[in-house]
Amino acid sequence: MPVEIVTGNHAAGYTLAVAGEANRNARGATCGIYPITPQTEIVEKVAAFPFTKGRVVPVESEHSAMGVAIGGSLGGARSFTASSSNGLAYMVENIMVAGFYRLPIVMVAVNRTLGPPWNIWADQGDTLMLRDFPWIQFYCSDNQEVTDLTMLAFRLAEDHRILLPVLVSMDAFILSHTLQETDLPTQEQADRYLPDLELPHRMRHDDPKTLGGLVWPDATTTLRMESHEAMLQVPAAYEQCRTTFKDVFGRDPGAALDTFHTDDADTVLVASGTVATTAREVVKRRRAAGEKVGLVKIRMFRPFPEQALRDACASAVKVGVLDRDYAAGVGGVWWQDTRAAFQGRRDDLLIQGYLVGIGGGDVTPETVDRVLDDLGGRDAAGGPVWTDMKPEEVVA
Amino acid sequence: MSTAIEERGMPEGAGVLTAIPEIPCTEDCLLRPGNTNCGGCGMSIGLTMLGRALAEANETAMFAIPACCGAVTAGAFPTTSYGVPTVNTTFAAAPAVASGLAAVRDMNGESGQVVVWAGDGGTYDIGMATLSAAAERNENIIYICYDNEIYGNTGGQRSSATPPGARTTTTPEGKREDKKDIIGIMAAHGVPYAATLSMAHPADFRRKLMHAFQTEGMSFLLIHSPCPTGWKSEPGDSVELVRLAVRSGLFPLYEVFEGKRWRINTEPDGADPAEYYKRQRRFKLEDLDLDTTRRVCAERFERLKKMAEVFPA
Ligand SMILES: Cc1ncc(C[n+]2csc(CCOP(=O)(O)OP(=O)(O)O)c2C)c(N)n1
Ligand code: SF4
Repeated sequence: MPVEIVTGNHAAGYTLAVAGEANRNARGATCGIYPITPQTEIVEKVAAFPFTKGRVVPVESEHSAMGVAIGGSLGGARSFTASSSNGLAYMVENIMVAGFYRLPIVMVAVNRTLGPPWNIWADQGDTLMLRDFPWIQFYCSDNQEVTDLTMLAFRLAEDHRILLPVLVSMDAFILSHTLQETDLPTQEQADRYLPDLELPHRMRHDDPKTLGGLVWPDATTTLRMESHEAMLQVPAAYEQCRTTFKDVFGRDPGAALDTFHTDDADTVLVASGTVATTAREVVKRRRAAGEKVGLVKIRMFRPFPEQALRDACASAVKVGVLDRDYAAGVGGVWWQDTRAAFQGRRDDLLIQGYLVGIGGGDVTPETVDRVLDDLGGRDAAGGPVWTDMKPEEVVA
Repeated sequence: MSTAIEERGMPEGAGVLTAIPEIPCTEDCLLRPGNTNCGGCGMSIGLTMLGRALAEANETAMFAIPACCGAVTAGAFPTTSYGVPTVNTTFAAAPAVASGLAAVRDMNGESGQVVVWAGDGGTYDIGMATLSAAAERNENIIYICYDNEIYGNTGGQRSSATPPGARTTTTPEGKREDKKDIIGIMAAHGVPYAATLSMAHPADFRRKLMHAFQTEGMSFLLIHSPCPTGWKSEPGDSVELVRLAVRSGLFPLYEVFEGKRWRINTEPDGADPAEYYKRQRRFKLEDLDLDTTRRVCAERFERLKKMAEVFPA
């Protein structure tokens, strides 16, 4: 398909649909759909797609949207949905079921502030609240990534070593509603990239089993451990999916994280989503001015690419983590995971958390400059910095 | 005593399970020995009758079971007493999960029933929106609610199917509110088939299952399901109790087709509801206003009769 100029929502909806269609010679596709701003166009796009073998079920809630995806997946169909913010919160119970049942469901999420008070702008707090479920999580910085990671997500999820659902996230409006040049997959490419789905534990009459009944602690522990082992296999499986992706689509969907000028950096910023793109511009400018600043853009949040992050920060003495999310009483979620990655290994490293663009506030180059200025002046890390607040407004 | 419509032609005094052909319990039976249900549990009888009807009709089924006693029936991993593919869903999600399963079955041209087996809590309460939506979409599933009028699994709390006067752990003085008219609600959705089933009327029970197997689109079946643990009744009284409920008009047996045509299956024979109440310690006779109950039952049945006369099936 020639490069098109599309929104993130268009890219996601279209890619979900062609991925579903690619399973037409196997057991088809199912999708439960429910609208919520700013993801609604995704499910509208899916609803309008002329599937050869697929059923889009317009349900009454997000809880049921995931319910349909669970049922469809258990029947052996390629299953997916999309949601955002309070929709994800309402869906949570079934989101965890999809993970516990090891179903290769793909969900695109548009990161929107949780409410009330109602706020439809970008904030990653909604998907980050799902961090402890057995789901792989990706965060995108542009619409090409939205397309590529959504496509790759199916191949990764359906890999028999993995069998975990995948969440692909993008920032509200900044991507969901912004037109960008995007190389969309053709059906022929999707067909080549995605093997027919064969779910080993699908429900079948010739081999009746009861799924999800009573278990004792030992079986529960075994199941948790198995999903942990699957998580540990994700980085290698991801790399294989990435290589095949390059073969079929002729472009690189990217590694678990990208580094930018980190090799000799004494100060490294850690960011995700579109904030990372802004940070990159600032780092570029500061490098030109001779500062030893670098950037790590994390694409894969679960499993968290700890080793790659440690490697990227090998020369750093200070790390600043940009969080467009807030975990009550703690600070940023990315900051917590970053600290955990260095715990006991680099206790000399100063790791400071910055809350930026909470509730969808603009994260401008000036915001990132303020972060770097603060970081530069520090000799110890402290509590989260509310970067968008004037100093006199900050509660100590 | 008027002859039950469905019992015409049935051998005199046909027992509960003998009226449905005995299918030997083999490996592929629906409910197998080793299940965890309490003695006298109506759900066990219901599952056995469903299993026999499936075998007799040469049908297979898949189960979607929300949180309820039926989720525990199978026993603990790695054994299961269900002889059919079964998925435990979250409490409110069974109709949505069943919709997904049915969609995949239908688009692959496969056979077999997709059955939701749910308690009244999962049906009248937490699953109401999900059920309503599946009914509105006319999903090709069979939804069976075994109505034991209580949250059995969590130890006997009220549901919106608990009848007035019943004492539960959350209505220690007896529930004040009436049951929801769930068949009325489902009929208002225009589902192809909605019916009440009593295990004291096994031939009628069987026929309704067979009708549901043949129905394209959604069937909603409501089984009055005795629960000795929650009803504080004798396990051996279970079938007699639900028989009394039919005889006294507390649980009329009827069918609604497409929300448009009504059929009454059994006329109440004038038995006194007091008999029904007396044999369950969840009720205290002195709490009950039996005259009102009798009047309400009679009025409801009159209304049903009117519907069946004006809009016959
Ligand atoms: C979301 C959620 N809330 C509460 C529960 C706890 N719970 C499990 S079963 C149940 C009651 C089920 O009652 P009913 O549907 O009538 O079935 P029964 O137990 O009587 O068979 C409850 C409250 C749960 N599993 N999930
Ligand atoms: S509590 Fe009631 S419904 Fe549950 S298994 Fe026991 S008798 Fe059956």
